[in-house]
Amino acid sequence: MNDMPKGGVRQALRHDSAVKHVTGEAQYIDDMPELPGTLHAWLATSTKAHARILRMDLSAALALPGVAAIVTARDIPGRNDIAPILKGEPVLADGVVEHVGHPFAAVAAETMETARRAASLIEVEYEELPPILSIEQAIAEQAFVSRVLTMQRGDWREGLRQARHRRTGQLEIGGQDHFYLESQVALAIPQEDGDMLVHSSTQHPTEVQHGVATLLGLANNAVTVECRRMGGGFGGKESQATIIAGIAALLARRSSRPVKLRLVRDDDMIVTGKRHDFLIRYEVGFDDEGRIEAIDMELAARCGNVADLSPAVLTRALCHMDNCYFLPAVRARGLPCRTNTVSNTAFRGFGGPQGMLAIEAVIGTIAHALGRPADQVRAANYYGGAGRDVTPYGQRIRDNLIPRITREIAAQADYERRRREIDAFNATSPVIRKGLALFPLKFGISFNLPTLNQAGALVHVYTDGSVHLNHGGTEMGQGLFTKVAQVVAEVFRIDIDHIKVSAASTAKVPNTSATAASSGSDLNGMAAMQAAQTIKNRMISFAAEHFGVLPEQVEFAANRIIVGNRTLAFGELAHLAWANRISLSATGFYRTPEIHFDLERMQGEPFYYFTYGACVAEAAIDTLTGESRILRADILQDCGSSLNPAIDMGQIEGGFVQGMGWLTCEELVWDATGALRTHAPSTYKIPVSRDLPPVFNVRILEDAPNRAATVFRSKGIGEPPLMLAIATWLAIRDAVASVGGHRHAPPLDAPATPERILMAVEALRKGAG
Amino acid sequence: MAMPDAISFLLNGELRRIERPAPERTVLDHLRLVERRTGTKEGCAEGDCGACTVVLGERSGDAVSYRAVNSCILFTTELDGKLLLTVEGLRDADGGLHPAQRALVEHHGSQCGYCTPGFVMTLFALHHAPEMTDEDSIHQALSGNLCRCTGYRPILAAARSVAGVGDDRFARMARELLGRLDGLRRAPGMATVIDGEYGRYDAPESLAALDRLLTAHPGAHLLAGGTDLGLLVTKQHRALGHVISLNRIPELSRIEASADALIVGAAANYTDILPRLENDWPSFAALIRRLGSWQIRNLGTMGGNVANASPIGDSPPALLALGAEAIIRSAGGERVLPLERFFLAYRRTALDAGEYLRALRIPRPAAGDFFRTYKVSKRFEQDISAVCGAFFLRFDDAGRVTLARIAYGGMAATPKRAVGAEAALAGRRFDAAAVDAAIAALADDFTPIDDFRASATYRRHVAGNLLRRALMERTAPETPTGVLAL
Ligand SMILES: Cc1cc2nc3c(=O)[nH]c(=O)nc-3n(C[C@H](O)[C@H](O)[C@H](O)COP(=O)(O)OP(=O)(O)OC[C@H]3O[C@@H](n4cnc5c(N)ncnc54)[C@H](O)[C@@H]3O)c2cc1C
Ligand code: FES
Ligand code: FES
Repeated sequence: MNDMPKGGVRQALRHDSAVKHVTGEAQYIDDMPELPGTLHAWLATSTKAHARILRMDLSAALALPGVAAIVTARDIPGRNDIAPILKGEPVLADGVVEHVGHPFAAVAAETMETARRAASLIEVEYEELPPILSIEQAIAEQAFVSRVLTMQRGDWREGLRQARHRRTGQLEIGGQDHFYLESQVALAIPQEDGDMLVHSSTQHPTEVQHGVATLLGLANNAVTVECRRMGGGFGGKESQATIIAGIAALLARRSSRPVKLRLVRDDDMIVTGKRHDFLIRYEVGFDDEGRIEAIDMELAARCGNVADLSPAVLTRALCHMDNCYFLPAVRARGLPCRTNTVSNTAFRGFGGPQGMLAIEAVIGTIAHALGRPADQVRAANYYGGAGRDVTPYGQRIRDNLIPRITREIAAQADYERRRREIDAFNATSPVIRKGLALFPLKFGISFNLPTLNQAGALVHVYTDGSVHLNHGGTEMGQGLFTKVAQVVAEVFRIDIDHIKVSAASTAKVPNTSATAASSGSDLNGMAAMQAAQTIKNRMISFAAEHFGVLPEQVEFAANRIIVGNRTLAFGELAHLAWANRISLSATGFYRTPEIHFDLERMQGEPFYYFTYGACVAEAAIDTLTGESRILRADILQDCGSSLNPAIDMGQIEGGFVQGMGWLTCEELVWDATGALRTHAPSTYKIPVSRDLPPVFNVRILEDAPNRAATVFRSKGIGEPPLMLAIATWLAIRDAVASVGGHRHAPPLDAPATPERILMAVEALRKGAG
Repeated sequence: MAMPDAISFLLNGELRRIERPAPERTVLDHLRLVERRTGTKEGCAEGDCGACTVVLGERSGDAVSYRAVNSCILFTTELDGKLLLTVEGLRDADGGLHPAQRALVEHHGSQCGYCTPGFVMTLFALHHAPEMTDEDSIHQALSGNLCRCTGYRPILAAARSVAGVGDDRFARMARELLGRLDGLRRAPGMATVIDGEYGRYDAPESLAALDRLLTAHPGAHLLAGGTDLGLLVTKQHRALGHVISLNRIPELSRIEASADALIVGAAANYTDILPRLENDWPSFAALIRRLGSWQIRNLGTMGGNVANASPIGDSPPALLALGAEAIIRSAGGERVLPLERFFLAYRRTALDAGEYLRALRIPRPAAGDFFRTYKVSKRFEQDISAVCGAFFLRFDDAGRVTLARIAYGGMAATPKRAVGAEAALAGRRFDAAAVDAAIAALADDFTPIDDFRASATYRRHVAGNLLRRALMERTAPETPTGVLAL
């Protein structure tokens, strides 16, 4: 008999819903059968970036046949506040609208079309107020949504003064829309006692629960939030889901009927937040080798009208502006700029990508200043060696995989040979130029705020041996449910088919953190393992006692239990245990050990470990049009000991392509009135299959169990691969730099759209000519 | 004469009849709200994400042709007489997965799964597309389906494994399906007229009938592929009132070749036009393969593109440069207009009330003719041009330009010839100096605008550089231009 249960850890299992996905049976919230009387909602949103609402007239809207309820800030029974970190962030604008698309009212009607028409009939009289529409303007006016963050180490002033070389630079980094394929949606169903059940497409059921309870003036126990699956999240359904669920709940309360609010794509993109765009300014001092001696960097983020998660995003940006490089003396300031644009939010990487891109721009500046290859400058600055292993925020790096990964990726990608080939190609190619870049990555895993690093799980074993698993994590496509089920299968040594994972629900596992920060399987996997282990321990003690053997003589083998010289099916033992009144249900709880962080001083050891990776990308650009293409990408990614190599591979490839979109074709454009002009796929272009590099070699780093004691020594993988795509931007920039003979730093911002590339090429041509 | 006020089609093989459908009711809404078949998803309601992809089957000779289309912008009226396949309809009777479904499962092609039903349907159509097995075709087939999770690698692997295979149960029951589709055919003369509470819909079956209808109802919306018209409904929330479909008039879908011209019926879709265009003007065909997506090309028509008169439509520049003519028809007869006189102002055409575009007449190449058309956009597939340029040159024996026709989209309020640049080239050898002179003249030909696709500066710059690209392709054909071919 094969002694491997089907579906334990390390197996390349398919996603638990794969068959349901391809048959259309997988149910998303908009697919749920509607209860009789279900209403459909639409938002009324601001057309002004900043204005006082002088008058709002609902009468025409209310008079439209089919309209059941309208809510405004005045109709909120509880408190109009859904701030995730700070306070005072209303779900419906109260008196003042602060960005184009700011919801100030919502309508529920018999059909979505009626609700839409009614919303358009709400008459509003605005008194326009001066808006802040750019990061520069916010800095000039010192308009911030929260305090300025500063991370410092050493005497950066003196370091800069004494450095042999000094350069300043600036980089604009564009934002990004999540563009999950399922737009935001919630279905609120009134219950008895005024309770509310909300089906929400959310990465954070607990926050939605708290938000809804606050808005309705209920205790948390009166609100239940459930989510079986999302059609993608990427951070966009972390805090933002509360807006949608909150408004649905308000309308459901007001109409006493179930209300579904599904944002159509344009509204989704206009009303909900995105990845922050950043403006980076720096001054760096370095020696002849390109070794950084001191750096002063300002990272200014467009936060939008309220803080939302921005302080945390900035914290992570600061904690990643070192990437793999030791910065002996550093000051990094994070400016949370308040603008009259939609409030930006979490997005895969959570500020990390912007921080890393910033330091990579610095590396490029140094390389061009010295006329040295960027790779040499990188090598001169890598963490490692005595006194060079502590991050600016004070965390010692104990698991440094940079040397190994950069060595292996260079070999895998045949880096040196291709470098020479590309230089030779560029020497004779009049129009097309190529570029190559090797980018290493280090990403800290854990929420920066230690409190959030906790998780719960609930496991039941039934008397037939089937298992019900619930945990605080949510499934957004990343395969978390599959991975956690694998962990439980491994503990019980049973086939994964015996385990059912049910919808995340605040009624089953309370007080959860968001499924975010690449920590989903680290936290929930551990909690579930613990719960399963508790039951397993009970089963072992019971079996030992019942059959008169020592506990050590009870062995969980594949789908059966060997007790002394007896063998029982897993279900048999479960049944026997039940008959003998042994509890077969347990909760599990996990909190990440060792971590601590002082948010005031920006010092501590916030990360349980680091995930590493590297990418070599080759780009080609057309110097007549600025069009670009990534011709090849080689990736080597650390997953620790992967819980599921197929799922991790999907995270790597998908994250990379998403990152590529952020840095190439995805461009958010606001007009002079503060309105977003790219608010649908017709105008906002995410990568399609053609954009995948024709040569794409992805490998998971082998034999690299996590040094930290994570669940089966795996590593978090949700976010890091997105940043691997920085290699594509660097490769494009390298191709552009070839136009100026690599003597000048190309003035290339992100995303590298054809226009930006062409303008950078032209600037170099003029500069060189 | 009997005038049915209902349409009939097969939904996954089952007969469906819709009585008096609203003319602008979309297939997606019908599936999700009326049929409650929720496998088909809405991701954008504008034809750009592919989550709503379904497949239309119809008779094509002795076979059933299967085409992927966007249900979000397709009106239910256009299902009449067809087989509509959705993700729920692919499994075998015993529950076995269709090869397209199986391939996606086996290659880990879904993560969140929201895009997946759309990919399944595209892969189904690809499975039935024997000519589309090479890598380039597979990308073309997938160009209308967005996935935000997987990064496409596993989906591409699944697509490669099913492309052109065509041996599923649908292939085996083709005969039966053809019989059932034939059974839905209307008797000749049974033109569809639906006059319901939500508006009116006509599907005339002859040019003469269309002439009459349009004379009586000059304000009605003509519907070809609906890939522009559909957006009026889903994005601008317009009720259309009265729609006249062009899809049941055989003459309008015909593509004929005479010795000196291709006559493309105004309602011929791109997928049908492409093979014919490929022969005469491969550069034009290559451009059309970048117009919209596979789904859009399966419905969209060149006639609609021209009649829509958008300044950023992709076929007008090429048509202008090739010297194409619009064949315009009304009850009063036909007239032929050179295309440059067709576009009057921003989205205004020379069509008078009661007139419609019957066909486009595209001259065929003479020996030695040089023609290129290029599109520049943020993304290669399924994006709208920032600039689209088209260059037609004819030379004398000494290599001097005897005829230059240059046209651009995205540079003015209409697609427009670059008369100054043309004049700068006329009578000269086509070389760097001539191109510099032509580029200088472009500055007077156009005053482009800034928008979210590109700045005016960029547009001006690229417009000139595209001419340089054409020069390189003419004078140094072995030097690579463009990154797509790499
Ligand atoms: C997702 C998507 C992507 C697209 N990408 C591109 C692109 O890359 N490039 C591009 O150029 N376009 C693009 N389009 C626009 C559109 O697909 C094209 O313009 C297409 O050619 C329109 O043809 P149709 O048959 O669908 O037109 P319809 O929508 O049926 O008609 C368009 C207009 O023309 C009128 N009309 C149609 N036929 C006639 C006739 N014979 N006589 C008089 N009036 C007529 C209609 O009343 C309507 O006003 C895209 C559209 C979508 C939805
Ligand atoms: S819903 Fe996006 S293409 Fe139809
Ligand atoms: S699997 Fe999520 S969008 Fe494709």
